Amino acid sequence: MRLEARAEVSRTLQVAAPFAAIVFTLVVCSLLVAWAGVPVGSAYLLLLEGGFGSGFALSETFTRATPLILTGLAVAVAFRAKLYNIGAEGQLYVGALAAVAVGGAGLPLPPALLFPLMAAAAMAAGALLLLGPALLKTRFHVDEVVTTLLLNFIALLFVSMLLDGPMKDPAALGWPQSVAIPAELELPRLAARSRVHSGLLIALSLAVLVWVVDRFTAFGFEMRAVGANARAAAFAGMPVQAIVVKTALLSGALAGLAGCIEVAGRAGYVTLDMSPGYGYSGIVIAMLAQLNPIAVVAAAIFVAGILVGADSMSRAIAVPTYIADVIVAASLIAMLVATMLARYRIHWR
Amino acid sequence: MAADILDLVASVPFWVAVLRIGTPLIFGTLGVLLCERAGVLNLGIEGIMVVGAFTGWLAVYQGAGLWAGVGVAALAGAGLGLLHAILTVPLGLSQHVSGLGVTLFGTSLASYAYRVTLPQVTTPPTIEPFAPMSWLGVPVLSGETPLTLLALCAVPALAYVLNRTPAGLAVRMVGENPGAAEGQGIDVIAVRMWTVVAGSALMGVAGAFLTLSAFNAFFFNMVNGRGWICVALVVFASWRPGKALAGAILFAAFDALQLRLQQASGAGLPYQVYLMLPYALSILALVVMARRAAYPQALMKPYRKGER
Amino acid sequence: MESTVLTLSGITKRFGPLVANDAVSLDLARGEVLALLGENGAGKSTLVSILFGHYVADEGSITAFGAALPGGDPAAALAVGIGMVHQHFTLADNLTVLDNILIGTESLWQPFSRRRAAQARVREIAGRFGLAVNTRARVGELSVGERQRVEILKALYRGARILILDEPTAVLTPQESGDLFATLRELVTEGLSIIFISHKLDEVLAVSDRIAVLRNGRLVATRAARGTTKGELAELMVGRAVVMPTRARRAPGAAVVAVGAVHARDVRGHALLDGVDLTVAAGEIVAIAGVAGNGQQALAELLSGTLAPERGTVTLAGRAMSAQPRAWIAARVARIPEDRHAVGVVGDLAVWENAIAERLRTRAFTRAGFVRRAAGRMHAQEVVRRFDVRCSGIDVPARSLSGGNMQKLILGRALSVGAGATPAFIVADQPTWGLDIGAVAYVHQCLLDAAGAGAAVLLISEDLDEIFALADRIGVMYHGRLSPLRPAEGWTLAAIGLAMAGAEEAAHAA
Repeated sequence: MRLEARAEVSRTLQVAAPFAAIVFTLVVCSLLVAWAGVPVGSAYLLLLEGGFGSGFALSETFTRATPLILTGLAVAVAFRAKLYNIGAEGQLYVGALAAVAVGGAGLPLPPALLFPLMAAAAMAAGALLLLGPALLKTRFHVDEVVTTLLLNFIALLFVSMLLDGPMKDPAALGWPQSVAIPAELELPRLAARSRVHSGLLIALSLAVLVWVVDRFTAFGFEMRAVGANARAAAFAGMPVQAIVVKTALLSGALAGLAGCIEVAGRAGYVTLDMSPGYGYSGIVIAMLAQLNPIAVVAAAIFVAGILVGADSMSRAIAVPTYIADVIVAASLIAMLVATMLARYRIHWR
Repeated sequence: MAADILDLVASVPFWVAVLRIGTPLIFGTLGVLLCERAGVLNLGIEGIMVVGAFTGWLAVYQGAGLWAGVGVAALAGAGLGLLHAILTVPLGLSQHVSGLGVTLFGTSLASYAYRVTLPQVTTPPTIEPFAPMSWLGVPVLSGETPLTLLALCAVPALAYVLNRTPAGLAVRMVGENPGAAEGQGIDVIAVRMWTVVAGSALMGVAGAFLTLSAFNAFFFNMVNGRGWICVALVVFASWRPGKALAGAILFAAFDALQLRLQQASGAGLPYQVYLMLPYALSILALVVMARRAAYPQALMKPYRKGER
Repeated sequence: MESTVLTLSGITKRFGPLVANDAVSLDLARGEVLALLGENGAGKSTLVSILFGHYVADEGSITAFGAALPGGDPAAALAVGIGMVHQHFTLADNLTVLDNILIGTESLWQPFSRRRAAQARVREIAGRFGLAVNTRARVGELSVGERQRVEILKALYRGARILILDEPTAVLTPQESGDLFATLRELVTEGLSIIFISHKLDEVLAVSDRIAVLRNGRLVATRAARGTTKGELAELMVGRAVVMPTRARRAPGAAVVAVGAVHARDVRGHALLDGVDLTVAAGEIVAIAGVAGNGQQALAELLSGTLAPERGTVTLAGRAMSAQPRAWIAARVARIPEDRHAVGVVGDLAVWENAIAERLRTRAFTRAGFVRRAAGRMHAQEVVRRFDVRCSGIDVPARSLSGGNMQKLILGRALSVGAGATPAFIVADQPTWGLDIGAVAYVHQCLLDAAGAGAAVLLISEDLDEIFALADRIGVMYHGRLSPLRPAEGWTLAAIGLAMAGAEEAAHAA
C-alpha cells in the first residue's frame, strides 16, 4: 500500500471531508446502538430531533454550543501554530474561577465596567495557565501535549481546593460551589423561556475576529508561518518564540473566556462539574473544522447538537447518553482519515 | 518529622504499598517505552488503560477466571493499539491527535459499555480480585499479587528482547532510522505496527491491574491520569526498561509517602495539594530530562515507503 | 573469462510527468567497475534505487546472476548479492557499528542474536579489505570516512557480489577518496563487480573500466575508460560543448563584511568555527570550498544572523552585527540558505506570502497590524517576473514549485531589497545544488551581475567547477578553520584538494 500526494487538493474534497467523517461515524456507532437492543433508525431520529428538531431543541443546542465555539477556537488557534493545547479544560475552569472572583468580590463599579473586567480576569487566568507549557516548549523543548494534559488535573484540583475553602458559598448547603456573581453581571437571555444567552453572540463575534486576525493581520501571517515551518520563519526574521508565546496567550485567553461566559450565562457560579469535557470536545471541533475559525462555529453546533440530542434520546429509550461521547471521539478519528484522503491518494499496489 | 519518614520508609507495609501503586505504572511505562522505541508516540494509553480495566473486570464478572480476565484486557488493549497503529503507521497521521482520539474513544466506549451491560446499578458491582501471594514467604513480595510479580519480571524480559534479540534490534532500528532498516530488508510498517500492538497490550494489562488487583470494581475516572504519568516517566527513563522500573518505583514511593503524610499531618494542607503532587512531579520529570534526552531519532516521524 | 552478472533491460520510471529513467539498458560483467556518469537529475540515483528495490520500475526488467530479480524488494536484492552504499548514509547514530551491520541478517523469530560470531566475521572482512573500524562504537561518534566504511562493511557482511556506490566521494577529502579506491581495487580482485555513481570526471576516469553516461534519463553513450577523455565525457554529459567561462578581473572596493577571530559552538558544545578571519569587499566574489561538514554551514549561518559566535567580531559596513536575522535583513543582506525546503520557504504559504516574508513587518507590507495585501502581491508579481519563477499564479503554495523555481523565488526575494537597489552583501550557500543547467546558469549570472553592481558576495560551494568559474578569491574550510584567502589564479586543483584535507603547509607552498 502506498500513499501519493495529490497534485492539486480540490476544494470540494476538503469541504466534503468533515461530512464524510460524520456519516461514517454515525454508521459505525449504529452498531453500538444496536448492541443496546434499540432499533437504530428510531434512536438516531430521536437524537436528531432532540438536538435540532424543535425550537426548544435548537435553543438547548445553541446554549451548549456557546462554550464549545470558544474552546474550539482556542484549540484551533493553538493547533494552527503547531502548539498542541490539550489544556483548554483546565483553562476554562480557572477562567471561570477568576471571573467569579472578580465578579463576586463586591467591587463598587457599574456592570458596564465590571463585566469586561470579569472577562479580562478570566482571559488572563486562562492565558497564564497555558503560558507555562508554552515557555517550557520554546525554552526547553518539552512536549506541550503532556504538560497541558497534566495541568488539567492540577487546575481542577486547584479549583476544588478553592471551592472547599476561600471561595466557598456558605449558603450552598454543603455542595462545593462558589459564591455567585451578582445578577446584573449575568448575561441576558436571547429568547424568553430558553437558556440561550448573549454569550452566543460574543462567541460568534470572536470567531469572526479570529478569522480576521488569521487572514488579514501580520500576526496571523506569523502564526501560520511558524506553524507551517518554524525554521524557515526564523530564518525570515520572525521572532518565533515570541510568536508561539503570543499564540499561547490568545489560545488560553479564549478558553478562559469560555469559562467566564459559561458562568455568566448559566448558573452564575462555579461548580466542579460545570464542564462535561468542553476542553476536550474543543479538540474534536477544531479538527472537524480543519482549524478554520468560521467552520469552528458549524462544528461546535454539530457537536452540541449531538450532545443535547443524546441527552434527550437517553431519556426516551435505553441508549446510554455516553453514546454522544463515543460519536464525538469517533468523528475525531474519522476526520483525521478523511482529511488525509482529501490530500493523498491510496495505491493498493 | 524526619524520624517519622524514616520509620515509614523502613516499614514493610510501606513498600507493599509502593509496589502496588507502582505496578500499573510499570506496565504502562513499559508499554509506552516499547511503542516509542519503534518511533511511535502512543497517547492512547489513558483510554487503553480504561478499556483494559473495564474489559478485564467484565470478563471476571461474567464468570471468567482472573488470568483469563487479564488476557481479555491485553487483547482489548491490543485492539485499540491496532487502531492507533493503523492510523499512525501506514496512514502516517498525526501521532498526537490519533492518540488523543484513541483515548477519548476508549474512555467513552468503556463508559457506554458499562452502562449498557449494567443499566440499573448505582454502586459498582465487585468481583473477587487476585489474592496476595502469602505462600511466597518473602517480605514485601508476599503482600503483592501475581500481577506485580509479572510486572517485575517483564522489565528484564523486555530489556533482553530489545537488546539481545534480532526482533528487538529491528524495533530499535525502526525507531532510529527506518530508511536504513528498510534498506536491510526489514518491513518497517510491520515492525512498527506489531510493536505498537504489543505495547498497547501491556497498557491493557496495566488497566486490568486496577480492577483485578488494586481494587475490585470498575468505576469512572479510575485511571485518573496515570497514563499521562507513564508518558512522562518514559522520558525520565531515557527509554530504557531498567530506568523505567526505577522511575516507576521512585514515583510510587513518593505517592505512597504523600498518602501517609496526608493521614499523619491531619488538617494541615488541603488534601488537594497532596493529590496535585503526582502530576506536578511528572511535569518536573519531563522538564529535567528534556535537556538530556537521547530521543529515538525517528520518534514521531511517519515513515513513507519509497520517499527518499 | 568475463561473464555478465547483471543486465538491465529497458528500465523506465516516471514520477508524475517527469521521466526519470527512459528505457535504460545496461549490463555489468564480473570483476568490472562500471561508472554511471551524469549531472544532477540525470537519473543515476533513480536507476540504482530501482536496482536495489527502493523503487519499482514502470517498465523493463532486471536479471542478476542469470535469474530475474523481482522489483521493489530490497530483501530480494540483498539475497541475490546486490549491496548498496547510499549517498546519504543509512545508519542509526544511536546504535553501535555492530548493530547497524547486524540488522536484518538474522531471522526476527530467532530468540537470541549471535553477536560474538558476527563480530568475528566483521573483523575478518574488515581486515581483508582495509576497512578498520571499532564495532562497539556508537555510529554517531564516528567520522564521515569511518561511517562510509561501516556502510561498505554492511554490504560485504551480507555477501554482496555486486556493490553499488552512490557518489561515495562527495563527503571525502581527496586523500580519503584514494583510500576508497584502493579498497575498491581489492574488492575487484576478489571478483566483485562495482557500479560507481559520480559526476566527477577525474575520479570516473581513474577508477572505472567502463563509463555509462546518462542524460535526462536516457543512456546516451557507453565508453571504455581508456578510450575517452574528460572533454568528450563532459560533452556527452551536458549535450553540448562546454565552454569554460572567463571572468574579467575587477578591482575590489572597500571591505563590507569583516569576520574577526570568530569561535562558535553548537548546542552540544562541539566546535563549529575555530578562529575564523574573513573579509569580503564590495564588488568581489569570495568562494569557500571544503568538504561538507567542516564548518561552511556554520559560517553561512553566522553571516545570515542565525548563529551567535562565542567569541570574535562580526561587522557589516563597520557596524557590529548580532545574531538576529531581522538585523541582517534590515542591513540589506541577501541570504540564500543551503536547504531551500526546510529553511528557504514556508511550503504551505503562498508564493506571494513567501516573497514578502522577510520584510513582513516593514511599512511597505504592514500597516496598523494589517498586511497590505495589494502591495505584497504586486511585489511578488514583480519578483516572479524578474526572476522567471515558473508557477501557476502567486497564490499557489510554495511547496508546489520545482527546486529550480523555488531557488529563483528565494533569490528573487533576497535580491529585491527595494526598487532597483542592490544588496550590500550576498551569502549564497550551495545555491545551485540540485538545479538543472538552465537554472544554474541563471543563478551564476545573478551573482556575477550583483557583484558587478557593487555587492559583496560570499559563495559557499562543494562544486569546484562553480568556484573556479565565479570566484575572485578562494578559501578552504577544514575542521572549522579557514585557510588564508588567495586569488583564484593562485590555487590549483591539487592545492585545494590538499587544503580540503587539512594540509595547511601545502596551501602556503603552492
